[in-house]
Amino acid sequence: MPMIEFKNVSKWYGHFQVLKDCTTKVEKGEVVVVCGPSGSGKSTLIKCVNALEPFQQGEVIVNSQSVGAPTTQLPQLRAKIGMVFQHFELFPHMNVTENLNLAQIKVLGRSLDEATAKSQMLLKRVGMTDHAHKFPGQLSGGQQQRIAIARGLAMDPVAMLFDEPTSALDPEMINEVLDVMVELAQEGMTMMCVTHEMGFARKVAHRVIFMDRGEIVEDSPKAEFFGTPRSERAQQFLSKILHH
Amino acid sequence: MDFDVAIITAALPYLWKGFLYTVELTAVSAVGGLFFGTLLALARLSSLKPLQTVAAAYVNLMRSIPLVLVIFWFFFLVPLMLQSVTGAERPPQVGAERTAIITFILFEAAYFCEIMRAGIQSIPRGQVWSAYALGLNYSQTMRLVILPQAFRNMIPVLLTQIIILFQDTSLVYVISATDFVGAAAKVAQRDSKLVEMYLFVAVVYFVLCYSLSFAVKHLQRKIAVIR
Repeated sequence: MPMIEFKNVSKWYGHFQVLKDCTTKVEKGEVVVVCGPSGSGKSTLIKCVNALEPFQQGEVIVNSQSVGAPTTQLPQLRAKIGMVFQHFELFPHMNVTENLNLAQIKVLGRSLDEATAKSQMLLKRVGMTDHAHKFPGQLSGGQQQRIAIARGLAMDPVAMLFDEPTSALDPEMINEVLDVMVELAQEGMTMMCVTHEMGFARKVAHRVIFMDRGEIVEDSPKAEFFGTPRSERAQQFLSKILHH
Repeated sequence: MDFDVAIITAALPYLWKGFLYTVELTAVSAVGGLFFGTLLALARLSSLKPLQTVAAAYVNLMRSIPLVLVIFWFFFLVPLMLQSVTGAERPPQVGAERTAIITFILFEAAYFCEIMRAGIQSIPRGQVWSAYALGLNYSQTMRLVILPQAFRNMIPVLLTQIIILFQDTSLVYVISATDFVGAAAKVAQRDSKLVEMYLFVAVVYFVLCYSLSFAVKHLQRKIAVIR
């Protein structure tokens, strides 16, 4: 049973079709990288997993639950799926610990002490122990993104989604975030990552999905994708981002 | 023309009572208006079309009618509405002061709605996404994540609106409520000391509102630095 499964998912904004009949899956413990030119629908696709983006056709099944089904309790389903965004989206009016504690307490019903202990453990893991009482505005982009990853992990998720986690970062901060992600991947976390970091893909991805104009053009094991991509569009894309 | 200061000092206790009512009316209307205004703003921003339409209609109606008229209408309508609800034989006496409070809450809600709507829209969409992604539901997301930020961003504008409200409450004199202006008007007419009383009231309003505006400007600069 795959952890995340897309079955013929289509989505329209008015008359414009942003997702065209997308079918793919992410197995438990698998790391899948989604890439493609901007506007190709990759962020939209990943947001369908936890219903941040509704879709009109097809089915998304997460942890054996259908995302679009009317009986699905979305908050409960979302709580099991961690998500990291391009612009971090930490809550600026709360300090780091409060950011990590909030959903643990309000959604999982943990006590303040339990939540704080968990938060401290995760802050240590992402190397941010010294910043527990700072506010997001006082931290660098790389630090904020590591906090955002810790915030997702605090919910003990069954899978993590990453939506261009490094594309808003200054170049010197990209690695500190990628290091955390690599470590996570090596520990066996199920991950779906929208990213252009091909180094990351080469290092830990099991599969690479290439999207263009709302379609999944290529969906192949890593070696195959980087060796001999079948589609011309994927070849062009790779040559552009690898030889710039 | 001789300017009679003694009449002002003699009337001070009475004016003070009126002033307290003005402050009470302002405070209650601000809190109530902000509460209902926030609900209206959430309704206007909701994805449910009927809710949007009703809220928008209410806000546009309130903002298109002069406040004096709204005060008049409520003064006549509130007792009739209460009568139809309770089924009493005669319209119950609500009193000018209480009518004024109800009117101002409902009127100000329309203005606070627009302020809060702008405040909520100033928060990036990603904040809602990240709250949802953590499993928070709609009301938790609003209460814990979006509204505290929106409110904070809007504090200067909200305070400015409250200063305007403080001045606008003087309109309740049309239904003979004894606010600060109303009290002064009554003394002025009883003793034929129009210049003294109206000048005194104007000076008090000016000093208060001007210094409050100044404080808001200062606060605005301070908040801008924090951000």
